[in-house]
Amino acid sequence: MGLDFSVIPKYLDIVLLGALWTIAITLGAAIVSFFGGILLAVIALYAHPVVRWPFRAFSFLFLGTPLLLQLFLIYFGLVQIGIDVPAFVAGVIGLGLHFAVYNSELFQTSILAVDKGQIEAARTLGLSRMQALRKVVVPQAVRDVIPPIGNNMIALLKDSALVSVIGVSELTLSAQRAIGSTYRPFEFYVLVAAIYYIINLGMEAVLRRVERRIQASK
Amino acid sequence: MNAQKPFIDIRHAKKSFGTLEVLKDINLQVDRGQIVAIIGPSGSGKSTLLRAINDLDPLSGGEIWLEDKQINMDLPHRQYERHINEVRQEIGMVFQHFNLFPHLKVRENVTLAPKMLKGLSDAEANALAEEQLTKVGMIERIDYYPSQLSGGQKQRVAIARALAMKPKVMLFDEATSALDPELVEEVNLVMKQLAEEHMTMIIVTHEMGFAESVCDRVLFMDQGVVVEEGPPEVIFRNPKSERTQNFLRKHLAGNQA
Ligand SMILES: Nc1ncnc2c1ncn2[C@@H]1O[C@H](COP(=O)(O)OP(=O)(O)OP(=O)(O)O)[C@@H](O)[C@H]1O
Ligand SMILES: [Mg+2]
Repeated sequence: MGLDFSVIPKYLDIVLLGALWTIAITLGAAIVSFFGGILLAVIALYAHPVVRWPFRAFSFLFLGTPLLLQLFLIYFGLVQIGIDVPAFVAGVIGLGLHFAVYNSELFQTSILAVDKGQIEAARTLGLSRMQALRKVVVPQAVRDVIPPIGNNMIALLKDSALVSVIGVSELTLSAQRAIGSTYRPFEFYVLVAAIYYIINLGMEAVLRRVERRIQASK
Repeated sequence: MNAQKPFIDIRHAKKSFGTLEVLKDINLQVDRGQIVAIIGPSGSGKSTLLRAINDLDPLSGGEIWLEDKQINMDLPHRQYERHINEVRQEIGMVFQHFNLFPHLKVRENVTLAPKMLKGLSDAEANALAEEQLTKVGMIERIDYYPSQLSGGQKQRVAIARALAMKPKVMLFDEATSALDPELVEEVNLVMKQLAEEHMTMIIVTHEMGFAESVCDRVLFMDQGVVVEEGPPEVIFRNPKSERTQNFLRKHLAGNQA
């Protein structure tokens, strides 16, 4: 049995729809992980211990257990206690929080690396500590950490395939469905790999633009 | 209220870092519109005293008053934060290393605090920024980033940023000592202009010539105490204390070498 790529056009719409879901999940989770990461970093560095410790436990949980398990827990587990989240939302939250914890580590380092004179200058103008963090320290910390955060976001794109296990019809699951009807795994997996690669290139292009914009203000 | 009360009143200020006593019972009264220079050798506590005034380095003992308000009041944490944020709006501070916000353009460096704290609209804040930047001669660079400015220009923007909060007092901590010699004068000129407008100022400096020409009073500090204070012509021409004489002699020699 040779290769036959002619089966692809018939299923292309399903696969492309899957690609759109993958992009949507990745984008949603990236946003959650970005702002969640900043929030977690600020809490880890500045919050009262009463707040800090539960969050630290939470972070540890997310770092120390498989993402797959976290997705199961959010999607299947929460229903049991009456919280019924749609699969897409569960996927965005699960992926988003998981990567928020990773991003938080990066943000913490870069927040601490911002010159102490910055917060002092902001405070002497009368800004509160929170205002100074929000307007002066965090924007600079974010600026310095965009390249490694970008790497995390590309890892996030790849891990988004995991949400297929809770039934989100993203790229990988769509391919599996097409394969189920055609018995053509090689053709469809190659196609899907190519699509992941293209999305990846797109993300990298966006990242480079962001980096250039930032560079201009340095 | 007592009309004789000084504008800034520092009483028995003490400060230790661990076991190191950096300020030992400092007293300083500054009247409205007065310009005071603080000179002294490295490590004598000049910066610590200045930073205590707006509570960047809180005192271990003593009191600091601005008009009828005690700055280092004893309050519960939350209330104290609110109090100190208000006090700091009235005290402008200029640092040796400028500390401009590098991610913001010159304009936004100046408008940030007035917009956040005084609720100015964009138009009002822009007008304010233009006014202050014109004053320090930096209006042409309003849309530049700090990284695109020379040291002297950065410091002038930093002064405009502080002035935009309409402070009652300006504190300068060696505002020109990180600058190349040829850039010192442009910053000094701005400070002289403020002096002519009768801004109350406390200026920590190593520039004796500038201190003599601008200041009403000079304090000589050494090892956490005020050794001698008086009008500039006395401190610089006829200092009584031997420590002051030695410091000035060494400083003069150092400048010529
Ligand atoms: N945060 C700090 N922790 C510990 N020691 C400090 C701290 N800040 C200042 N000191 C010490 O306090 C002393 C006075 O420092 P300060 O910066 O006030 O001196 P200064 O007169 O401004 O000196 P310079 O002319 O070098 O700026 C120095 O011995 C310094 O090492
Ligand atoms: Mg100093």
